[in-house]
Amino acid sequence: MSQNPITRLLRFLFFAVVVRAVILVALGLTVRHRERLPKDGPAVLAGNHNSNLDALAMMSLMPLRLLPKLRPVAAMDYFYTSKLRGWFANNIVGIIPVKRGSGKDGGNPLQLAEEALDRGEILVIFPEGTRGEPETLQAFKKGIGHLAHARPDVPVVPVFMHGLGKALPRGSMLLVPFNVRVVVGEELYGTDSYAEFVSKLERSMTELAAEEKLPAWE
Amino acid sequence: MSLFLGLPANVVYATAGIYAVLALATAIVAGLRWRNPGERYAELTARTDSWWWMIGAFTLCVLVNQTVAVIFLAFISYLALKEYLSLIPTRRIDRSVLLFAYLAIPIQFYWAAIDWYGMFIVFVPVWMFLLFPALMALEGETQGFLRAVGTLSWGLMLTVFALSHMAWLLVSGDKINPIAGGVGLLFFLVVLTQFNDVAQYTWGKLFGRHKVTPSVSPKKTWEGLIGGVATTTLVAALVGPYLTPMDWPWSALAGTILGVSGFLGDITLSAVKRDLGVKDTGGLIPGHGGILDRVDSLTYAAPAFVHFIRYFFYP
Repeated sequence: MSQNPITRLLRFLFFAVVVRAVILVALGLTVRHRERLPKDGPAVLAGNHNSNLDALAMMSLMPLRLLPKLRPVAAMDYFYTSKLRGWFANNIVGIIPVKRGSGKDGGNPLQLAEEALDRGEILVIFPEGTRGEPETLQAFKKGIGHLAHARPDVPVVPVFMHGLGKALPRGSMLLVPFNVRVVVGEELYGTDSYAEFVSKLERSMTELAAEEKLPAWE
Repeated sequence: MSLFLGLPANVVYATAGIYAVLALATAIVAGLRWRNPGERYAELTARTDSWWWMIGAFTLCVLVNQTVAVIFLAFISYLALKEYLSLIPTRRIDRSVLLFAYLAIPIQFYWAAIDWYGMFIVFVPVWMFLLFPALMALEGETQGFLRAVGTLSWGLMLTVFALSHMAWLLVSGDKINPIAGGVGLLFFLVVLTQFNDVAQYTWGKLFGRHKVTPSVSPKKTWEGLIGGVATTTLVAALVGPYLTPMDWPWSALAGTILGVSGFLGDITLSAVKRDLGVKDTGGLIPGHGGILDRVDSLTYAAPAFVHFIRYFFYP
């Protein structure tokens, strides 16, 4: 992320004013188990993915003091489609880019994410890998298991969200206000078996979803 | 009307009185906590803290000037509609219609702000009532149509039309209330309705035995209802002559109307929550629940009071 003081100020203003006005005032978050959120980095926030606003909502859960440490992990192919979009993703949102599918040819697609954790940063990550059908939980990909295995001391905190897929689903440019419900889970730690960790995380996410009485959306 | 800091003096005294009562309540709750530390009074403390925020925001916005007050009331209406739409089952296809429903709020509050009563009173119950079902029909999805139309129409009436009566009272009240203006009438309505909630709760907690609506709201008792309405009637009779154009017997009658209609609003929202299987409508206000949990009584009390006073005291 850029160390240029002007872009850092822009990033702070973007999150403190624009993002918080949209997420906390226009939409509104109702958070259950807020005390389970990490107090500082390194940590991983693992959320379910329904909307472009998901990462911004998860970042709004954390105090602004921690903003410089907050880094959403995002696919390169989605953000690096134009110069402006790439600049915005890098400097304002502060993403850590991941090249989808790059693990197949022997590379470590999550190397930048691991380095960020070593610097004490807090990653925002979506184990489903894509937004998919709004408000429907999809199978998690293995990436989160690799990351948790590589940094077994770093807590992975599951965060279940409902409402953003209604407010701004994939394929829509129209923001329709809905309250967002957030349930924070107990922290988990990486194990030797990627699959076991991933299924533990999936189970935790399903249990968090069951804590909320959610209205039908069909 | 005697002015104090540009406000009707009686409204300033009423505000001071509200803060005095709030400070007293805070002291009592602090005393209870001191004698009995731990979880027992934690919710009561959260509730009292929230009262400071709510009363602070209300008095600040309402006293700055009329425009700020109307925008504040419209924002409450927005929060209430959003909470309602987030709580009920909705259809994906209706997303754009729901966005239009939000746009009804600034328009409705604009009619209130310019005191155009004729448009204010028909905009939601006639024009929006006709428009939204037609928009939904044009979308072409008939599955769940009646439910979608019914829930949206009712929600708009409750959270936009009913609550906007507060704004119209504030603006139109100046010309009939030389003693304390529209702001005096709004204070009378809002403060007494909220006071009535607390009074019914307190009477019910202390003496409640016989349930009024066991299947809808099992905590509501006849003792709470009667004690609360009687207390509200008494307080209304005492303050009404200073804040409204009503003498004490009319004020007492208005207090009774506020107490009873507030109760009806409360149990109506309780029935909605029961139907949806939720305890609170949201988590916006710690110790209270959502915004609808706080304004449920006002959704009934505001139209009831406004049309009562309009019938008897407007030219």
